[in-house]
Amino acid sequence: MAGGDDSWRPLAPRLLIPTWVVIGLFSLLPVILMAVYSFLTKEFRGGVIWDFTLAAYDQFFIDRGLFGDEPARLEWTYINIFGRSLLQAAICTALCLVVGFPTAWFIATRPARTRAVWLFLITIPYWVNLLIRTVSLKFLIRDNGPLNEALMSIGLTSGPLPLVNTNLAVQLGLFYSYLPFMVLPIYAAVERYNFALSEAAADLYASRWTTLREIVLPVVKPGIIAGCILVFVPALGAFLAPDLLGGAKTFMIGSLIEEQFKGSQGNWPFGAAVSMILLTLVLIALIFYARTAAREGAR
Amino acid sequence: MTTAIDIRSVVKTFGEFTALHGVSLDIADNAFFTLLGPSGCGKTTLLRLIAGFEAVTAGEIRLFGEDIARLEPNRRPVNTVFQHYALFPHMSVIDNVAFGLKMQGLDLSGRRARAGKMLEMVHLSAFADRLPSQLSGGQQQRVALARALAPAPKVLLLDEPLSALDLKLRQAMRVELKQLQEDTGITFIFVTHDQEEALTMSDRIAVMSAGQVQQIGTAQEIYEAPSNRFVADFIGETNLLEVDVHQVHEGRATLTLPGGHRLSCPSALVAPGRHSLSIRPERVTISDSAELSAADLSATVERVVYLGSDLQVLTRLADDTAFTIRLQNAARTEVPSPGAQIGLHLEEGAARLLAD
Repeated sequence: MAGGDDSWRPLAPRLLIPTWVVIGLFSLLPVILMAVYSFLTKEFRGGVIWDFTLAAYDQFFIDRGLFGDEPARLEWTYINIFGRSLLQAAICTALCLVVGFPTAWFIATRPARTRAVWLFLITIPYWVNLLIRTVSLKFLIRDNGPLNEALMSIGLTSGPLPLVNTNLAVQLGLFYSYLPFMVLPIYAAVERYNFALSEAAADLYASRWTTLREIVLPVVKPGIIAGCILVFVPALGAFLAPDLLGGAKTFMIGSLIEEQFKGSQGNWPFGAAVSMILLTLVLIALIFYARTAAREGAR
Repeated sequence: MTTAIDIRSVVKTFGEFTALHGVSLDIADNAFFTLLGPSGCGKTTLLRLIAGFEAVTAGEIRLFGEDIARLEPNRRPVNTVFQHYALFPHMSVIDNVAFGLKMQGLDLSGRRARAGKMLEMVHLSAFADRLPSQLSGGQQQRVALARALAPAPKVLLLDEPLSALDLKLRQAMRVELKQLQEDTGITFIFVTHDQEEALTMSDRIAVMSAGQVQQIGTAQEIYEAPSNRFVADFIGETNLLEVDVHQVHEGRATLTLPGGHRLSCPSALVAPGRHSLSIRPERVTISDSAELSAADLSATVERVVYLGSDLQVLTRLADDTAFTIRLQNAARTEVPSPGAQIGLHLEEGAARLLAD
């Protein structure tokens, strides 16, 4: 600001030190540790031996048969788990978007006084630990749980619907866990939306649907994208919902990683390698998005 | 003369609050029509009713004979220039201008050509590919105009479009807007609280207050012959005096000013009794009290305010009523000094009796 006191300026680089320390300690260092661990040899009771090897990545991608003496083929087990996780996370993101957008819109268009109440209601369940909420969900949908009993008592189904241990149950858990992460950023974007733009579009002969597609969605797009990233990324690595609501056939990356670090059965280098692969996938997706956005911005 | 917009007894309520109490207006085709009034008078509500952003509570709005009061805004052949422009931030200038054409189903080359012509009209051809955020306020204003005019609406609505611009630009835009209206032949309905804007541009003005139309007329009619106290006070500067009217005879009223001074002025409207008298500050000439004639009022100068082209002389009449005079700052104007006794001479027609 003109005429302001500029004497702090030489200090500026030093003022950034705490930020760099936090980023270094809590972001960079763990990633470097994980990368290093993924190239180490596993110790049988958990932990690692400092012998550098590609064994963990080999285990992920390459199948040499039960005794390791067959010709190398592509290992599908883990790739399938990745595929399932990507699909589940994508479906979860789409569901959250379809439900979250109208919800956020509804809240953002209430009078300022009631908006806070609605937001509060959205966030209340999230004051309860995620583990407890996921377990409760399991109780709700199990064979003799309230949902099935209600369905049977009104005669909609004759026997209990097998919901637990299905992909559907896992999806439900994911959707329920991450919905607010979609609602809140979209709410923030819609709240800033200038409704005169919708009036202008209607004034220029656009129908409501066209206005939504051509004006509203492009303008609130940053909020939608933030919401999608905030839902997709954690849903991809989630392990509580697949662990508690799913079974062997609904295994997801998060559970796979978790198992490698649990008890004495684990394989730390393998867990680290899977994490690195997941991280790489997410980074590629984000970089791809950033480049598309930059190209659009330049247009 | 064709009527473009015919508003009949339009009522608009928001819950308990009545914004418009049965407004009726005729707006001629190819006219620059202004809705003028203080904030909260209902002028913007009336404009939004014409555009279709709000629904009428009762009454009719006819556009060239067809009742449009219950049509959705996207089905009304009127376009709006918004107060803060409401340009689509994610679209280039040319796409903004072409949006209405696209919605009307014009093909790409057709709308590019038409939008290009519109940008040429508002002198912004060089900015076609910019985003609205890369333009100045005045340029955004002109994009908004081009966008609203591109689909060739039957009526253009302008909601205080100049209020966000600085003075110089505002004055230039007044001329430009009026020119644009004459060139296009489209009826402009212009909402403003700025009386100078209204007086300089309009063919006709409706002065509104408290949800009602107070007077409709040309700029001159409204300034020279205000129909009531509100209009006289709101338009321009005036001195409003409470007077006693004794008799009205052959179109002239005889009355007494608060200080006991007797006066005669033309009036066909009022009956004897207490009324307001409006005297415009620039219709009064001053003289030394030594030359005071019987018809003049005497006053004491309190303060002289220098306004550049004008001088404002604040005086008090004999009975202590404040009275303002405006003198042109010409070379030979003798400036009275504070404390001086002066005579005020009312030109014929300077004083106007108001009905209420």
